[in-house]
Amino acid sequence: MNGTNGISSYTPAQTWLLVILRMLIGWHLLYEGVVKLWNPGWSAGGYLMDSQGLFANLFYKMAANPSVLGVVDFLNVWGLILVGLGLLLGIFTRLACVGGIVLLALYFLSHPALIGVKYAMPTEGSYLFVNKNLIEIAALCVLLVFPTGKMAGLDGLLFRKTVDGPET
Amino acid sequence: MSESKHTINRRDAIKGLAAIPVLGAFLLGADAKSDHDDEIKQEILDELNIEPATPNPTGSMNGDVLRVGIIGYGGRGEHLIRSIGFASPKWLADMKENAAKDPKDTRLKDYLEQEKLNVQLTAVCDAFDVRGEMGVAAGTADGFKPKQYRDYRKMLEDPNLDAVVIATPDHLHAPMVIAAVQAGKHVYVEKCMTHKVRETVELYDAVKKSGLVFQLGHQHRQTASFLTARELVKKKVLGHINLIQTNTNRNDDNGAWQWEIHEKGNPQTIDWDLFLGNAPKIPFNAEHYFRWRKWWAYGTGLSGDLLTHDYDRINCVLEMGIPASCSASGGIYTHRDGRDVPDVFQVVMEYPDFTMGATQEAGKEKGMTFVYSSTLGNQYDRGTLLMGHDATLELGEQLIIHADPQSTRYKEFIENGIVNLEVPMYAYDPRAKGVDAVTGATAKYFANKGLMYTYRDGKRVDSTFLHLREWLSAIRNGHKVSCGLEEGFQEAISAHMASVSFRTGKRVEWDAANRKLKNVSDAELAGIGML
Repeated sequence: MNGTNGISSYTPAQTWLLVILRMLIGWHLLYEGVVKLWNPGWSAGGYLMDSQGLFANLFYKMAANPSVLGVVDFLNVWGLILVGLGLLLGIFTRLACVGGIVLLALYFLSHPALIGVKYAMPTEGSYLFVNKNLIEIAALCVLLVFPTGKMAGLDGLLFRKTVDGPET
Repeated sequence: MSESKHTINRRDAIKGLAAIPVLGAFLLGADAKSDHDDEIKQEILDELNIEPATPNPTGSMNGDVLRVGIIGYGGRGEHLIRSIGFASPKWLADMKENAAKDPKDTRLKDYLEQEKLNVQLTAVCDAFDVRGEMGVAAGTADGFKPKQYRDYRKMLEDPNLDAVVIATPDHLHAPMVIAAVQAGKHVYVEKCMTHKVRETVELYDAVKKSGLVFQLGHQHRQTASFLTARELVKKKVLGHINLIQTNTNRNDDNGAWQWEIHEKGNPQTIDWDLFLGNAPKIPFNAEHYFRWRKWWAYGTGLSGDLLTHDYDRINCVLEMGIPASCSASGGIYTHRDGRDVPDVFQVVMEYPDFTMGATQEAGKEKGMTFVYSSTLGNQYDRGTLLMGHDATLELGEQLIIHADPQSTRYKEFIENGIVNLEVPMYAYDPRAKGVDAVTGATAKYFANKGLMYTYRDGKRVDSTFLHLREWLSAIRNGHKVSCGLEEGFQEAISAHMASVSFRTGKRVEWDAANRKLKNVSDAELAGIGML
């Protein structure tokens, strides 16, 4: 979507709405990571054991082994924080989008909104197949193909050398 | 690349740093929210000052191998022996299959990783040969095979025996425990400790005189949350406790003691006279043998089987002892199958002098009622509640405390909005950081009563294993056990008061000085087979 001269071809409204979407998702994921980091008793164990659907056994196995669970907890907390910061600040934006999609896909696969499936984990809405995780994944896919890190974000300062090339 | 491309102009900088104020807002917001939550939490925690309790220290298992025997290798006996390291070959095969089918099922893994207790199963006693042989198979390892007995008296003569685990029907407990300590063996006996009133006193005196280590099988005494509950009650977190609500809710055949009648059980494979012991002499009856809990002649009904769990759980927390009086009522309303013990059973125990201090003015800190309500025809979980002037404690695997709107102690907290009455004021979950996979309503019921698992440092441990380990450690290292003779005496007498009340229709009173029931004559007790 970049013009050949390296200047965005988005209209100002398109640019700002994409940036706002990016920041909102960044804020959300960053806070999800931070609350887990600040709560020493937090673990993904309960969530993983509550898994349903095709991949449930894989998630149970992650939870059953304490050392694997420790790694999962660490990757989840720091994954969320780094992805959140990336999206919020517009730094390594594309990598952050991909990381966010991977994390959200794991949550989606562990708790799919299937017919006849109930979770111990309470949800605040009503879902069938499509849930908030899936919508957030789709939004990150949009941000992946309509990048804004250089237009409003630290990517613009970091990657000035490639200013003429496509966004990274 | 030209110079100009490296120059950051004002416009670029603004664009690049556009998100910084948003990050600032995020940090301020997250910090403020965290401060707010922490402040409220800390104020409540400082006020309650609850420390998760640590269990009694138990010692090392080093030294000579302890030689243990089992009397009564039934369902419970099998679990007890497995807990000290002797799983039956059938159980191992079943668990292997289950683990292959369900990755959530970690029972085999947990068993294999369990600490080795340096014991040998040297003797197995069962009146039913098939079960005796299964016990021998469980204890057979490395070329060693335990000796099999039908008669416990013969087994107790065995010099290769230091300690016995007794898991027989209730009416055989007292004669076996007394014979065992007289033969110099340490004893672990299942609940209910005894079957009748007078033998409870006789057992007490015999064990006391022997100086041997005695443990009653209330494994929930190892439950982390109950130990913590004891601490918080002492700190008057609940204020004066005036009512306790406990209950049993089951609605399945197994829960109603409709156990399997083994196809090989017959007068040739079962020593019927040994089973009857001091019970009324009747001809061989396979249903009486395999479903003994359904008759007062062998079992202690809901009193001895399930009230004792709840009674001892509360006694572990409050140390309230034997009630001054007890009334019970109920009937057989669901399982009209020839049994003579009730399947709906309510017990009210009075403790007019019970006190643990108060947060109110003097005169409002004495007296408490313990209510036990049970049915074998409905399994809705009603929860265990300790109700005090200042708060109510839900006692289970977790501890949940609800402040009382009329509390004296938390008056200011409630007025200042620090305590929100809509939600619990405090919750203690020993599983924090751990994972739980208790499935099924009955399993959940047992887990909540601390009968299956407890947690040490967030890791799930079989509470039966801990309870047996504590007993073995006490034999080796001479420390106290958590459910010893005093606790057992209180448990048995309280349960018998409930049974006697139900069966005589009297409100039964206890004479502590003379260790007998005050208002029930020996003739009346003999008439119901409970003298």
